[in-house]
Amino acid sequence: MSTQRKAVALISGGLDSLLAARLMLDQGIHVEGINFYTGFCVEGHTHAIRKQDKAKPKRNNALWSAEQLGIKLHIIDIIDEYKDVLINPKHGYGANMNPCLDCKIFMVSKARQWMEENGFDFIITGEVVGQRPMSQRKNLLPVVVRESGAIDRLVRPLCAKNLAATLPEREGWIDREKLKDFSGRNRKPQMALAAEFGFEDYATPAGGCCFLTDKNYSDKLVDLWQARNTKDYELDDIMLLKVGRHLRPQPHYKLIVSREEGENKFLKGYKKQFPSIEIESHSGPLTLLDGELSEDDFLFAARIAARFSQGRDADKVTAKITRSNGDEQIVDITPLPSSEIKDEWYI
Amino acid sequence: MSHYTLDARNTLCPMPVIKTQNKIAELQADDTLEVTCTDPGALSDIPAWCRINGHLVVSMQENDDEVIIVVQVVS
Repeated sequence: MSTQRKAVALISGGLDSLLAARLMLDQGIHVEGINFYTGFCVEGHTHAIRKQDKAKPKRNNALWSAEQLGIKLHIIDIIDEYKDVLINPKHGYGANMNPCLDCKIFMVSKARQWMEENGFDFIITGEVVGQRPMSQRKNLLPVVVRESGAIDRLVRPLCAKNLAATLPEREGWIDREKLKDFSGRNRKPQMALAAEFGFEDYATPAGGCCFLTDKNYSDKLVDLWQARNTKDYELDDIMLLKVGRHLRPQPHYKLIVSREEGENKFLKGYKKQFPSIEIESHSGPLTLLDGELSEDDFLFAARIAARFSQGRDADKVTAKITRSNGDEQIVDITPLPSSEIKDEWYI
Repeated sequence: MSHYTLDARNTLCPMPVIKTQNKIAELQADDTLEVTCTDPGALSDIPAWCRINGHLVVSMQENDDEVIIVVQVVS
């Protein structure tokens, strides 16, 4: 009786990893999924916060993929370990703060560790040669293999025929002839394969799966590091970069102004960690303050916050300033005229 | 059989699932875990995780601010 071979599949929630895992299942391989959470994954976040998005159906696409495949999915928090990947990427950043190649190496390395600890035989990814400019260039795929330590136990079923045979292929655990030869940015072969398997409602994220590929988000992250004079962050920091308007009127502090009710609710959860401003006399957003503020700064920030309230054109607005220690102060202020809100304050 | 609670408020998808997954790994069959979340995405994600892993969703409640999901551990 032959040994049941087992593969761990990196499941992102996108189509490619879904197809790659399915190809292995069809070859009789026992597959379990692994999904890494860095804190920067696009999956669900903004949709979960903003009230206007509440009507949209929500799902975690990695869980959805696993359910379609009928496999277990292990979601692993790598937030702390990922900091070093982002802060010190050996291979540098992409167009924004995305360290895609280092990220892929790190995730495959973690998958290798998981494989070894759990008695699995090889790793599957949905990578396709030439599909992405940084992490999937043909000359860089071997770098992932080498630096992750996966060596020849890393199988890319969607483009395996374009690559050297791996151990599972050479040993006959899987049939190389049944693997694919996809390459480049054309998605039609994947879509055709999805249709063949009957996958219809798969995720097609327009902006990729990581906030770090987004220019606006990357700008806010760089601003955070510059303001704190250190390249470090906590999960709360990077979550807050996804929410609200961020304005920095002075180098030593910034405002995070909610844009609607859902964000207001989300930011309320941080009121004990950050000083805040609430407009008492009119409807308006909750504003968090990040930095060390003087008394004058608090009053100026309240005038900015009032600008985003229903009292924006009133002569006087009453605001409640809550300090980090919980002390509250009620102040009457004049909203800052829109002409005095400088474009360069917006991060 | 014991009942446990888990506070996953002010965390966003997939953290409520990760916290649930990690807590359930410590529990015994038939134990129940009551998870409180503020991310409405938990209403779909935690049941999906339970279906994949063979655990049972006993109840789900949603009010304006919170979602409470009770999961029973299946061996």
